[in-house]
Amino acid sequence: MKIEKPLTLEEENLALDFSGIITDPGPAFHLSRREFFKLVGGGILVFCTAPRTMAQEGGRRRGGGRQLPEDFNAFLRIGEDGRVTGYTGKIEMGQGVITSLAQMLADELDVAYDSVHMVMGDTALCPWDRGTFGSMTTRFFGPPFRAAAAEAKAVLVELAAEKLGVPKERLKTRDGAVYEVGGSRKVTYAELARGKKILRHVKGAPVETAADFTLVGKPELRRDSVEKVTGRAKFSGDIKQPGLLCARILRPPAHGAKLVSVDTSGARAIDGVQIVHEADLVAVLHPDPETAEMALGKIKAKFDQPKPYADDKTIFEHLLKVAPRGEVVAEGGNLAEGRKAAASVVDETYLNSYVAHAPMEPHTALARMEGGKLTIWASTQTPFPLQDAAASLLGIPAANVRVITPFVGGGFGGKSNIRQALEAARLAKLTGKPVQVAWTRAEEFFYDTFRPASVIKIKAGVNKPGLITFWDYAVYFAGARGSEQFYDIPNHRTMSYSSGWSASEGAHPFATGPWRAPGNNSNTHARESQIDMLASKAGVDPVEFRLKNLKDPRMRRVLQAAAKQFGWTPAKAPSGRGLGVACGTDVGAVVAHIAEVAVDKSTGNVQVRRVVCAQEMGLCVNPEGARIQMEGCITMGLGYALTEELKFTGGDIHDRNFDTYIIPRFSWLPKIETVILDAKDKPAQGGGEPAVICMGAVIANAVYDAIGVRMLQLPMTPQRIKEELSRA
Amino acid sequence: MKDTLRFKLNGKPMSLEVEPSRTLLWVLRYDLGLTGPKYGCGEALCGACTVIIDRQAVRSCSVEMKDVAGKEVTTIEGLERNGKLHPLQKAFVEHDALQCGYCTPGMIMNAYSLLLNHPRPSRSQIIEQMEGNLCRCGAHMRIVEAIETAAAQMGGSAR
Repeated sequence: MKIEKPLTLEEENLALDFSGIITDPGPAFHLSRREFFKLVGGGILVFCTAPRTMAQEGGRRRGGGRQLPEDFNAFLRIGEDGRVTGYTGKIEMGQGVITSLAQMLADELDVAYDSVHMVMGDTALCPWDRGTFGSMTTRFFGPPFRAAAAEAKAVLVELAAEKLGVPKERLKTRDGAVYEVGGSRKVTYAELARGKKILRHVKGAPVETAADFTLVGKPELRRDSVEKVTGRAKFSGDIKQPGLLCARILRPPAHGAKLVSVDTSGARAIDGVQIVHEADLVAVLHPDPETAEMALGKIKAKFDQPKPYADDKTIFEHLLKVAPRGEVVAEGGNLAEGRKAAASVVDETYLNSYVAHAPMEPHTALARMEGGKLTIWASTQTPFPLQDAAASLLGIPAANVRVITPFVGGGFGGKSNIRQALEAARLAKLTGKPVQVAWTRAEEFFYDTFRPASVIKIKAGVNKPGLITFWDYAVYFAGARGSEQFYDIPNHRTMSYSSGWSASEGAHPFATGPWRAPGNNSNTHARESQIDMLASKAGVDPVEFRLKNLKDPRMRRVLQAAAKQFGWTPAKAPSGRGLGVACGTDVGAVVAHIAEVAVDKSTGNVQVRRVVCAQEMGLCVNPEGARIQMEGCITMGLGYALTEELKFTGGDIHDRNFDTYIIPRFSWLPKIETVILDAKDKPAQGGGEPAVICMGAVIANAVYDAIGVRMLQLPMTPQRIKEELSRA
Repeated sequence: MKDTLRFKLNGKPMSLEVEPSRTLLWVLRYDLGLTGPKYGCGEALCGACTVIIDRQAVRSCSVEMKDVAGKEVTTIEGLERNGKLHPLQKAFVEHDALQCGYCTPGMIMNAYSLLLNHPRPSRSQIIEQMEGNLCRCGAHMRIVEAIETAAAQMGGSAR
């Protein structure tokens, strides 16, 4: 048999590293400075110890954990060939930071963009990181990363001053070289780095201001797309190891079910199949995944299933029953006074279902254990927490665990769940062989950490002149993110019941977790629907009503920008035009959406025709990347707005594939227009999540404008729309 | 029982000792080292594993090896010619028509089969052809635009 393009072990061992400088770190995973140099080569390495912005990120993590790197793991290296390598514990899952971080680094360092390479998500080489979520890469990793680049530049200027015999003040940097201002002398970074082993900590060299930017703020195409369009990009399932075994694991029929008995004899009879049965873990392994799958089918198992306490219809009642004590998120004024001042009051309850992450790449990992040391290649958003968890599971020091993160095929919060990698680690230890655990789509649905179902209750009033007089808000189980209202309301209170997406035991029949802009999608749907209803009560156009009740200058600006882009003309809803508006804020950015829909009253089907989104996100490092994220948010958001909801009976999850769980498709596609507002003098904010938060509300408001019915429950399925129409 | 199956893979003749009931996707990925086609659903519901068999896009997760015998299989790895990207690949790059990239090989191969059979597709033909290929990142709009660009550049030919 001929393999057309055999892959070498070196290639397969690579983390996200396009420089080709690293293959395998050898036995020592916990690198000293000397070892680090040995591994990456000489040059200039810049470290960063606990800068304020990183401390902010690190400080929020729960429990203990490690400090930021102090003795090894650089932020960047300038090689002896002048090539610049940036190291980050962040991972690339489509959000595009592999491009924007390289832009930031090249800009700050004054080198060609193409000379910068990124090494990402490798625990042996990259600085400690909490995980890639919460749109934190640009906001919190960005500043110290830029500071490290500024420090490197300061080192290069010092070296150049010495080498050229010119005072520092008369030197400038450009295109990877240091020049004498008004003179002819020049030296390249490569020449300066040659034969050097310089370690430098960030001392506070000044970073560029917006006026100095040459690359930051300019649209740049993705730098990983050639790998991705040719099939060369390596995802976790594409990594191979000699002697690799594919594992299939016996799964319970429902969450909470207990294994009573198991008979593995049928599987054992199949040639080459290895069986692992240790405590709750029953797995079959074979070099070929199909044989492993077939063998799994031969296992006979009995499970005890607990009585289901809720299903997808009764869950809301159940959640209200088990809700813990509420916490005040925000309050001001006097609700009773506000109620007295109201000419009309709107009192509504909003429901939102469990939603799956459903990344196209299911959770996958490969683990190899050799000489007491474990290497894991995993599709994960959290390589460093995985390193700690695997070490503790196997009872080995964290220094003996290396996690390498190849390209991740979508995460959206779901790949903070590291279960598959821990399963692979356990099986690698038990079998002594490299083991791949690649979840099937059914396993992906079963073990997803779903966006929690939630209930939101709002009472609010508006006076005759159209001003909101009070706002009484209670969110159950979605979490507090995005619950705080930002209108100019004198009397208000926002309560959150539950600790957010993780919730307490007995609340959800299965695992829940963070789903792109956790909490904010449900909160924004409720708030912006309620605002629309108040506008209707006041008899005011919904855009005008919002502006009337908004003082926040950023929010006003995005709303006005969206209205302008859309060509909004005022009308009282329902106008029959099918237009809706919604505003929101997430991860420091503000957004306003306007949508146009067509509703087929006979089928209940909603076609979204056009979505305009205006976003202010502070400094936008890569406008091209930011636009893609906004478009992605809008397209993904169509799903939770219109079709996505998990069907279940207790811990038995009915949706196991894309035949019943419907995500957005090509034919749903509206015309999408994005507007990014200039704010380059302000710190960069998040960009991966904000534009998803308004999608439920903006479509619900547009549906109301089209057909005059309020959709208080997401998703707005054809059936629910028909039910509401028949009730109206 | 293993059998010797002959077929063409990315333009080259192949002879493979393999169980005829095995699945093309897994043979490509595990036996032949072609990891471009991806597993996404295993039931022909998502299109991540799409390859071309005799000019038609098929879901390799649902094709048995015996049905490949005597045929011509093209995977994403076979689309480049002499180290040059196919116009579709180039258009995907230039339109940033991808994010995580996991669905991308299947998207491109499905679009490739469209252009093989309809070199000048309308927008609605593109959408109809691509409907069964899922993308969770939401790159749909750019994918449609990339296919339109590639079709226009190719001016009616598939290569």
